[in-house]
Amino acid sequence: MKKTEKKLTIHKERCKGCQICVLYCPKKALSIGEKLNKLGYRYVVLSKEDACTACGICAEMCPDVVIEVWRDNE
Amino acid sequence: MKAVYKKPEVLKNPCFHFCPGCHHGTVHKLVAEAIDSLNLKDSALAVIGVGCGVFLYDYLDVDSLEAPHGRGLAVATGVKRVRPERIVFTYQGDGDLASIGMAESVHAANRGENVTVIFVNNTIYGMTGGQMAPTTLLGQVTTTSPYGREFHRDGYPIRMAEMLATLEGVALSARVSVCTPKYLFDAKKIIKKAFEMQLDNMGFTFVEVLSSCPTNWNMSSMDALNRVKEEMIPFFPLGVFKERKMPDVL
Ligand SMILES: Cc1ncc(C[n+]2csc(CCOP(=O)(O)OP(=O)(O)O)c2C)c(N)n1
Ligand code: SF4
Ligand code: SF4
Ligand code: SF4
Repeated sequence: MKKTEKKLTIHKERCKGCQICVLYCPKKALSIGEKLNKLGYRYVVLSKEDACTACGICAEMCPDVVIEVWRDNE
Repeated sequence: MKAVYKKPEVLKNPCFHFCPGCHHGTVHKLVAEAIDSLNLKDSALAVIGVGCGVFLYDYLDVDSLEAPHGRGLAVATGVKRVRPERIVFTYQGDGDLASIGMAESVHAANRGENVTVIFVNNTIYGMTGGQMAPTTLLGQVTTTSPYGREFHRDGYPIRMAEMLATLEGVALSARVSVCTPKYLFDAKKIIKKAFEMQLDNMGFTFVEVLSSCPTNWNMSSMDALNRVKEEMIPFFPLGVFKERKMPDVL
């Protein structure tokens, strides 16, 4: 069976570090990083890439459209 | 690769000015998704109230008008009557719609104007620095109720969705929240339904969205999410209070 391809695009420049995505990620794959973005916020990072199932919940919940999620299901 | 979630097309600029964790951004997204999914980019016309949602025209690629504070539904009435082919919606806060604009809002609903209202209830005046709104909860501390809202002095919080549901002219009146994934998916469906009902000439469609204002609640965005769940929803229950199945024509 071919492995499912998945990809998270994180537009870190617009992340405000609110943690809503971190709270609702069912796999606890996201966390707030140490570095600041240009807005001055500590932005979100995909800290456990393997755990992510590309379910899209983080992207749905993010108020600032920071995350986009892609998946290939062949 | 197929998108599981991507930026809605009609959201031309997602660099929102909102505070971290503010639900205005989430509501903007849901409105944009509804416009995309019903293909309304060219027909939608936003009438924007005054409040933190005031820059909607900077973010959505649709025609828009800025109404004086509270008068969104008077403006929307005029626009829809001369341009009935446009899908007209207002985007208004609780200070805007339920305080200064209460008369305009109730009468537009009562006339059954065929427009859609996105009503962002965050129990406070956000833009002006956190004054008490008609929706402020009892005991809630704001800059104009420093000891907490008290009913003898300030009256009770108004449940707009229930109140409007009593009016004959109203086709849809519902309250939703975006504070959990389940509630967010429900909210998405109801906002889309409101636009669909306008397309079917059903009459006045009203969606109240319980929203957070972490800044003026003096809370972190996490605590603000909890406040929506634990304090707002018990007083402002979620649900569809009225849904008409037929257009109101004789
Ligand atoms: C005629 C008039 N009166 C008062 C104001 C000041 N004002 C601007 S926004 C606002 C209230 C905003 O609160 P709300 O509608 O709840 O929106 P929010 O910012 O919370 O999203 C007020 C009173 C104004 N702009 N125009
Ligand atoms: S796509 Fe799903 S699993 Fe992956 S980070 Fe987002 S919420 Fe977590
Ligand atoms: S929800 Fe959005 S803005 Fe908030 S931390 Fe996650 S990616 Fe950043
Ligand atoms: S003041 Fe409140 S409503 Fe306005 S952007 Fe900030 S959090 Fe949102």
